[in-house]
Amino acid sequence: MSELNKAMIEQYRNSFLSEVEANVEEGEWVKMCMQCGVCSGSCPLGKHWAHPPQEIFMMIRAGKRDEVLTSDSMWMCTSCYNCIVRCPRELPITHIMHGLATYARKLGLVPQNQPTAKFAEIFWNNMMKKGRVNELKLGLSLYFKDGFGPGIKEALRNKDLGMKMMKAKRMAASEFFGGHGVKDVSGLQKMIKKAQELEDARMKKFD
Amino acid sequence: MTEVVATNQTILVVGGGISGMTAALEAAETGAQVVLVEKRPYLGGRVSQLYKYFPKLCHPTCGLEINQRRAKMNPNLTIITGAEVSKVEGEAGNYTATVKITPTYVNDNCTACGECAKAVEAEFDDEYNYGLSKRKGAYLPHVMAHPMKYVLDPGIIGTDDAQKAKDACKYDAIDLDDTEKEIQFPAGAIIWATGWKPYDAAKIQPYGYDRYENVITNVEFERMADPKGPTGGKIVRPSDGKEAKNVAFIQCAGSRDRNHLYHCSRICCMASLKQTHYVVDAYEDAQVSIYYIDIRAIDRFEDFYAEVQAMENVKFIKSKVASITRGENDNPCLNGVDTEGYHRYANEHDLVVLATGMEPSVSIDSFPVDVEINREGFIEPAEKNGGVFAAGCASDALDVNRAVQSATGAALKAIQVVNRVARAEG
Ligand SMILES: Cc1cc2nc3c(=O)[nH]c(=O)nc-3n(C[C@H](O)[C@H](O)[C@H](O)COP(=O)(O)OP(=O)(O)OC[C@H]3O[C@@H](n4cnc5c(N)ncnc54)[C@H](O)[C@@H]3O)c2cc1C
Ligand code: SF4
Ligand code: SF4
Repeated sequence: MSELNKAMIEQYRNSFLSEVEANVEEGEWVKMCMQCGVCSGSCPLGKHWAHPPQEIFMMIRAGKRDEVLTSDSMWMCTSCYNCIVRCPRELPITHIMHGLATYARKLGLVPQNQPTAKFAEIFWNNMMKKGRVNELKLGLSLYFKDGFGPGIKEALRNKDLGMKMMKAKRMAASEFFGGHGVKDVSGLQKMIKKAQELEDARMKKFD
Repeated sequence: MTEVVATNQTILVVGGGISGMTAALEAAETGAQVVLVEKRPYLGGRVSQLYKYFPKLCHPTCGLEINQRRAKMNPNLTIITGAEVSKVEGEAGNYTATVKITPTYVNDNCTACGECAKAVEAEFDDEYNYGLSKRKGAYLPHVMAHPMKYVLDPGIIGTDDAQKAKDACKYDAIDLDDTEKEIQFPAGAIIWATGWKPYDAAKIQPYGYDRYENVITNVEFERMADPKGPTGGKIVRPSDGKEAKNVAFIQCAGSRDRNHLYHCSRICCMASLKQTHYVVDAYEDAQVSIYYIDIRAIDRFEDFYAEVQAMENVKFIKSKVASITRGENDNPCLNGVDTEGYHRYANEHDLVVLATGMEPSVSIDSFPVDVEINREGFIEPAEKNGGVFAAGCASDALDVNRAVQSATGAALKAIQVVNRVARAEG
């Protein structure tokens, strides 16, 4: 193939698909989808998605950048892996969904008040503080994510569960003050920061 | 029958389906000496179990009959049925084949009068009808069997039935002391035509072939549509015997799927389009739904497809069905999402036919001869195969037309090898 031909193919390629291939985890698999629909039909949460996986993949190929990146579909994935098991082409669908979600977040395109996105944020921040998840604080921040009033209500509703977890030593009240962590927290934080820098550097600018 | 006259100018054909028969006849009719070895007690292979052929909707029995007559008339052709090639040693122009012959307990005196079958009582699953019906322990494998001979099921040997069968035979054709035999003979070239088998539908767990009675396979449906078949040609639900008028076909059941068969089986789209005719011809108020990824009706078959597409009572739904659940009244309920609009559906049908694909009948790890085999289990043409040539579905998933073409090609290659031997030997 001539260099010019290659350059033209590169230039006129559907740019959103290229963007996904370059920037989204496992994005290079999207072109392998043959639109059979088994993933969508196997998803236990499928009917709550605006666009099931099969449709998302077609939308990516059709260049529907905004619709895909601002949709809440990929946030609906519960990582049950049903779709991966069934896909006749072995697409890592679950990973692509999480990749899309991560990418959308990086670009600031997450729909407002998307509960899964919010939970992920809380989980991450919680974990980054000490290098370990603080169950007590995670639970509380989740209850109070919509404000003080609803938080109290939610906490009361779940108090029996909380008590049981304490009894089973799955949660300790003392965790409220500091809580346990890894030995070298600042080392971990530096490592993650470096990883993020590397990832940002790798990402091409398309817009 | 166990005496085989063969030399290293003989062509051995393994498998007596349409491909093996064609290759054997083409070679024998040019004057070559041919030995045809077939595992079943009769010739014809899987096409003998089809009701009609696409695209002409004619009956396979017609072509089989012509081939059987050609076989009877040809002195160059030796046929051994009920036999399997267990070992092949040597090289092109100089092979030794070991063949295991299973006992049928019936010799060539048999006139196919059927008295033995009347005398016996025990019944067995009829493999010719894929287990959809029963047959006796003394039986004619099917009405057009060649050779036209009854067979005793090994299951009755040593029981009263065996003696009853023997006593009923007026021609002294039953030999209860028949045993397994092994013979060896030379051959110069080998045509490998062992064909295919249907992919095991029970492995596609979400379709519940082993759980739902009204989910059957396309090979079973061929038997059901045949007036000589287990239902007398009536298209009915196995659960209650009621007429099945609302019939669904699920394409690529096991094919084009990395969890099952990698390849496209190539014939199942056409098989379902053909079987749609069976349903529509049977009931005026029939409703057929075909669930597909894409329809592969290659070259001249396109017209056949277009004709079915134009039928008012046939619906094409672009979707690979995700799962089957039990609906009301033992109706299989098909669940999935369609690709044209992404609508979620849960459709009930009277009967579901899985368009299961073809896999090679000989498994990759039990080939008695060292040949190049691809990921799908089919034989690839290769230098290392020497004088062994694949024909028909042993080489790829093919329809009859293409299987026969490939068989003729294999015959030509085999003839060239034995001619070389003949020239060398002067
Ligand atoms: C549902 C369905 C419908 C179809 N309908 C049509 C149609 O309408 N028209 C059409 O063109 N095609 C049709 N086909 C395809 C057709 O069945 C095949 O093209 C054809 O059977 C190929 O013939 P073959 O001789 O290669 O294989 P086979 O028919 O499988 O014959 C192989 C023979 O080899 C024997 N054998 C196997 N192993 C051994 C061994 N180790 N030693 C000795 N013998 C052995 C077997 O017993 C068998 O007799 C259909 C297929 C399916 C699944
Ligand atoms: S199951 Fe795989 S091939 Fe089928 S639509 Fe989903 S991603 Fe595409
Ligand atoms: S022929 Fe049709 S049904 Fe069969 S595997 Fe190919 S596409 Fe699927």
